Amino acid sequence: MISIENVSKWYGQFQVLNACSTAVRKGEVVVVCGPSGSGKSTLIKTVNGLEAFQQGEIRIGGTSVDAPNTDLSKLRSHVGMVFQHFELFPHLSILDNLTLAQLKVLGRNKDEAADKGLRLLERVGLKAHAGKFPIQLSGGQQQRVAIARSLAMDPVAMLFDEPTSALDPEMINEVLDVMVELAQEGMTMMCVTHEMGFAKKVAHRVIFMDHGQIVEDERKDEFFANPKSERARDFLAKILH
Amino acid sequence: MNDFTIWDMAQGLLLSARWTVLLSLIAFVGGGLVGGLLLVLRLSAGAKVQAMIRLYSEIFQGTPLLMQLFLGFFGLPMLGIEVSPWLAASVTLTLYTGAYLVDIWRGCVEAIPRGQWQAAASLGMSHGQQLRLVIWPQAMRIATAPTVGFLVQVVKSTALASIIGFTELTKAGSMLTNAVFQPFIIYSMVAALYFAMCFPLTWYSRVLERKQGLALKR
Ligand SMILES: Nc1ncnc2c1ncn2[C@@H]1O[C@H](COP(=O)(O)OP(=O)(O)O)[C@@H](O)[C@H]1O
Ligand SMILES: [Mg+2]
Repeated sequence: MISIENVSKWYGQFQVLNACSTAVRKGEVVVVCGPSGSGKSTLIKTVNGLEAFQQGEIRIGGTSVDAPNTDLSKLRSHVGMVFQHFELFPHLSILDNLTLAQLKVLGRNKDEAADKGLRLLERVGLKAHAGKFPIQLSGGQQQRVAIARSLAMDPVAMLFDEPTSALDPEMINEVLDVMVELAQEGMTMMCVTHEMGFAKKVAHRVIFMDHGQIVEDERKDEFFANPKSERARDFLAKILH
Repeated sequence: MNDFTIWDMAQGLLLSARWTVLLSLIAFVGGGLVGGLLLVLRLSAGAKVQAMIRLYSEIFQGTPLLMQLFLGFFGLPMLGIEVSPWLAASVTLTLYTGAYLVDIWRGCVEAIPRGQWQAAASLGMSHGQQLRLVIWPQAMRIATAPTVGFLVQVVKSTALASIIGFTELTKAGSMLTNAVFQPFIIYSMVAALYFAMCFPLTWYSRVLERKQGLALKR
């Protein structure tokens, strides 16, 4: 579904991504972890072309992300992305947040889009809040809306960039629960997260990044049972206490 | 000479205030169009176009409006283009207003977090849709106050057009003074008329701001 081959990226002299290669198969859940500044956000944002890269190739369902003839908007419209800071549109109601792109990008009609939006809000337990504005919701609620907004586009894969790291601890689980459910339904997911409980529960593979490199890319059990590199061991020891 | 009553003078000034209003409107609308167009270009065009737009706003912001009016009125005829005071004042004020508005609005657009662009892009919106549907509606809220503040400046700046022979409020005031020698009364009335034109603008912007503040807090 997603293939990343030898991707490198520089900011001037500074190399953020160093020959990263991996793949996410259909229905697979891959967790990406690593220290702050290791390039996780940058990597996941290259997948849907939010960040450009100078070397290598990324394909989603066979379509190259940075080929000149690729319709990037179209490609993005069916790859969902969830951000650390939710990024709901503050000037729109919750329901309008869910329908905007359905209407303007997918060309669905109003009833269809609203129907879909309400069904997804129900699914994340927020139907009663459809008419409110983002600022009236808690962080956890906003992030669930953001997930629903992505799902409204019927994505073939979902990308998550630290979806719970801006949340108060008591709100983390409500968001993880939604993600677990998605994973169990067979959604293809690439998640940057330090929630190792989530990784243990639903991930198939874990990728560990450091200094712009993919240091480990292992089956989940393998990764937690015996991480190969010193750096991954240190990292795990730190975040698992 | 003294058969001019205060009422006669007020009436004359009021009539000429129409031209101030009209010139201001032309500057608002024309400058708004120029500013809006250049804003879109600044946010999407290549480096060369961007540099040219930057140069344009630097020039108009970095020189006195009076010089711009002179250059428009006396300079264009030297290039073989005949211009009336009307045309010179309209074009100059439009370009002057546009040069400021593009900068004010760009600042407001840049104040919207990058994540909002990214979220809109990740939903498959084109660059234009991102700007139009997501960024601009948010930027507009913060743009209201500085935009209206600047438009008030423009209304007052139209007074300078009197120098190239455009008969608006200020020019009418000085012509009337020359005729009846009551500068204090006349210029008081002129000032009151400017105030009457500007005050509704600032008042309206405050109302808008309060309403939007409430909408966000609601
Ligand atoms: N626009 C930028 N210009 C220069 N350096 C950047 C830019 N964005 C990110 N970086 C650098 O790239 C590195 C990786 O950033 P990021 O992908 O956000 O890391 P992570 O998500 O793993 O914390 C960091 O060292 C960061 O400082
Ligand atoms: Mg990050």
